[in-house]
Amino acid sequence: MTTYADVRHHPDGSTDGAEAKDPRPEPTAPVTPPATDGWTRICPLERLTPERGVCALVGGEPVAVFRTRDDELYALHNLDPFSGASVLSRGIVGDLGGTPVVASPLYKQHFALDSGVALEDDSVAVATYPVRVVDGVVEIGSA
Amino acid sequence: MLEPRTVVVVGHGMVGHRFVESLRRRDTEGAWRVVVLAEESRPAYDRVALSSYVGEATEDDLALADDEFHADGLVELHLDDPAVAVDRSARRVTTRRGRAVDYDELVLATGSVPFVPPVPGHDLDGVFVYRTLDDLDGLRAAAETATADAGAGRRSGVVVGGGLLGLEAANALRQLGLSPHVVEMAPRLMPVQVDDAGGALLYRLVSDLGLRVHTGVSTSSIARDHRGGLTVTLSDGTELDASVVVFSAGIRPADALAREIGLDVGERGGVLVDERCRTTDEHVWAIGEVAAVRGRTYGLVAPGYAMAEVVAGRLAGDDAEARFTEADLSTKLKLLGVDVASFGDAHATTAGALEVRLDDPVTGTYSKLVVSDDARTLLGGVLVGDASNYETLRGFLGAELPGDPMSLIAPAGEGAVGVGIDALPDGAQICSCNAVTKGALVDAIASGEATTVPQLKACTRAGTTCGSCVPTLGKVLASCGVEVSKALCEHFAQSRAELYEIVLATGLATFSEILAAYGTGHGCDVCKPAVASMLATLAGGHVLDGESATLQDTNDHALANMQRNGTYSVVPRLPGGEVTGEGLIAIGEVARDFGLYTKITGGQRIDMFGARLDDLPRIWKRLVDAGFESGHAYGKALRTVKSCVGTDWCRYGVQDSVGLAVALELRYRGLRSPHKLKSGVSGCARECAEARSKDFGIIATEHGWNLYVGGNGGFTPRHAELLASDLDTGTLVRTIDRYLMFYVRTADRLQRTAPWIESLEGGIDHLREVVIEDSLGICASLDEQMARHVRSYADEWAAVLDDPDKLARFTSFVNAPGTPDPTIEFVDHLGRRVPAGMKEGQPTDLGSLGFDTTPAPTRIAGPTIPVGAPA
Repeated sequence: MTTYADVRHHPDGSTDGAEAKDPRPEPTAPVTPPATDGWTRICPLERLTPERGVCALVGGEPVAVFRTRDDELYALHNLDPFSGASVLSRGIVGDLGGTPVVASPLYKQHFALDSGVALEDDSVAVATYPVRVVDGVVEIGSA
Repeated sequence: MLEPRTVVVVGHGMVGHRFVESLRRRDTEGAWRVVVLAEESRPAYDRVALSSYVGEATEDDLALADDEFHADGLVELHLDDPAVAVDRSARRVTTRRGRAVDYDELVLATGSVPFVPPVPGHDLDGVFVYRTLDDLDGLRAAAETATADAGAGRRSGVVVGGGLLGLEAANALRQLGLSPHVVEMAPRLMPVQVDDAGGALLYRLVSDLGLRVHTGVSTSSIARDHRGGLTVTLSDGTELDASVVVFSAGIRPADALAREIGLDVGERGGVLVDERCRTTDEHVWAIGEVAAVRGRTYGLVAPGYAMAEVVAGRLAGDDAEARFTEADLSTKLKLLGVDVASFGDAHATTAGALEVRLDDPVTGTYSKLVVSDDARTLLGGVLVGDASNYETLRGFLGAELPGDPMSLIAPAGEGAVGVGIDALPDGAQICSCNAVTKGALVDAIASGEATTVPQLKACTRAGTTCGSCVPTLGKVLASCGVEVSKALCEHFAQSRAELYEIVLATGLATFSEILAAYGTGHGCDVCKPAVASMLATLAGGHVLDGESATLQDTNDHALANMQRNGTYSVVPRLPGGEVTGEGLIAIGEVARDFGLYTKITGGQRIDMFGARLDDLPRIWKRLVDAGFESGHAYGKALRTVKSCVGTDWCRYGVQDSVGLAVALELRYRGLRSPHKLKSGVSGCARECAEARSKDFGIIATEHGWNLYVGGNGGFTPRHAELLASDLDTGTLVRTIDRYLMFYVRTADRLQRTAPWIESLEGGIDHLREVVIEDSLGICASLDEQMARHVRSYADEWAAVLDDPDKLARFTSFVNAPGTPDPTIEFVDHLGRRVPAGMKEGQPTDLGSLGFDTTPAPTRIAGPTIPVGAPA
């Protein structure tokens, strides 16, 4: 494995191509996790930071997975219905009136993590997915 | 449509200008064309604030006419061309330059001229009056000559007249570096406004400030001494050495033209008018200091404004019965830092009037209320040393008092009732400059037109002239139940500023600890980034360290700006807008290799659009290798310090604006603040860097730098205001340090500096007291905090590239790293790479409107220029 320091300095100061070595570490999770019994293995639980989300591919769909302060896990479709962009996993997690929510990073509407319903307009909702932890690995079921 | 009728306004002072503004506002049909004939070479300016012109105010700051006024097709302004003759039968005015203007109505607003007593020597060089900006320019030049002279004895000035204007003039002399003497014939200072006891306190307070006051004496003569200075001899034989003498011994109505054309004048001067402000000629009106309403003249701006409104209402027809009946002669001013106010029947001339006095020599305050014989109705008052109660007390004029008069002026905490806004009658005038009553304010609030102080100012004009009633406007809002909650969000009852003070005092360094101790629930997208920003300036550390990472908005979390399709834009820092050819090539190669759409920003940098989350580390590795660092375009932080080329290249530049801009950008880079911060540095007064539209803007002068603060573009454009002038670079930087840190500490979340300054009670003056005079005693702490910021700065992107944990966040799919996000697509539109398949915002089809939209290949390839090989 190439360390970051190896690729950072270019002897002549020139730039290399876009295919330059990615400075990120090699992935630790399987690249395309197999689905078992309709559940998709996502990543080890410790990869999820409390109060933040990540995005996973589940059956070809982008799914936002959140871990909250009290260690609950939630999964919502990642597409923000207000903007049409696949971004919900990158919103800020919190609670409003006791309901755990994520705020869309684009126009700041709040989606309830348990139901997917938008607090600002309850006619709008995103799909929710079942989440479980098996042997320390987060798995997502079908919507 | 009818041809508009013509009204000629003679004089463009404060009152003349108010008349034109008012008429144009009322005359929505455009029935009147206005021709203004001005004697001065400048458009109307704020004469009340004249003294500030020797300080930091510029001519522009004092100007009353805005762009709208100058662009108004129905207003013609002729400067330096006063009316010299009027043919009343032909209704024609002739000007000094020979211009003839026919009028339907004529409004005289010629104001007044300073009264100069005919003492021997009153016409010598070095003797001035105090009325116009030109007078002040002359005074300034004379003072500069005098202070440059080594003879210490000549560095004083004598002001003849100890009234309101005389003390203003004395203050101006002091600011110009001269030590002032004030000579007043009456036994006390400001004899019109204050009583003997108030005058005695005022004498003591201004003497403490270095003024030498001579009361009960007059000026006998002025003579040139053998060294070229002046000797002023007083009636008691005292001789004073002076380099300048200023007469401010009262004013006389400028009624010469009126006399010449045969209009009746009052016994003590002034054009005689009735309550309609109409002269003996039914087509000629007079307003302001030149008008003698039923024989009485007024030397204050508020009655002048009231007259302007009367005539404007009558001509426009929307207030055809308007009359000038009662004049508000209330006065409040801050002289040399000393509050003085006087209102109503200050001298208790009403029969049977009682006086209630509180004289406290220890705190240096004097208050007197004049009440009716039954002690129930307030008739007037005098306040010296502390006039904070002035607006409310004045509101009670003529009304029944809510309690014992003494309790209204007693210091708080001693059984004082204080005066609540609630107790004020609706008719109480809150803004005397614009005659706005409490009732009018309450109506504006009740109708929903205004829910904030700025809205209240905009829709009622209250507080838009002298501004002294602005704090009262807030109290009126509060008393109407309009209370904007200061709570940050449902998780914190504190305002951002209060929470900042808590974090500063307790040293708590994580959101969890702060939430547990001072909040409820889990937090949200309002309080989390707000606390993250506070912790960035208080606790330091990388924004993606530990729990901080969970608090950041997506832009701070990705250290890039999310665009509408979920991709990011990337902005490397180009301090001061400087970039080398090598740097441009490196940026260009990154843009090319990652397929980024590239655009030059308004802040003199380069923005690259369309980067996927996964691409950001590789893009930044290339940029960091090429010597770039984060531009913080994603943060509520310092963005750019824009600059012109300054003395390096420009033939007009007077200072090195690029060097300063680069230094400032490097000093404040990465500083997290309540909102984004923009700056600019211009190398001369031509202001090519547009510094006055910035949060802090610096403009070079011959002597150093002028610092402007609180500018804004965007939704609510606002010119920055002058905070300090002619600073050396060290003082400039220290002042900016304090200004920024004070903003970081006390502003609301997402409050730019412009509304922040407006929200400060006392506005820019208060800001100046805090950051320059250290009135709160916090400057050392602000300095220390900024020093810590400068010491601890590190490039956020370089740190991410060095940290595998942080890098792991830049992944589209946690279970499929390296898989590009299939929802992100781009299309080519007329040579621009734009997001595809989005719900909104299709590119404008200019082709159908007949524009040539063919991408020009030469723009991409560039024309070929034959270049000879080096010899």
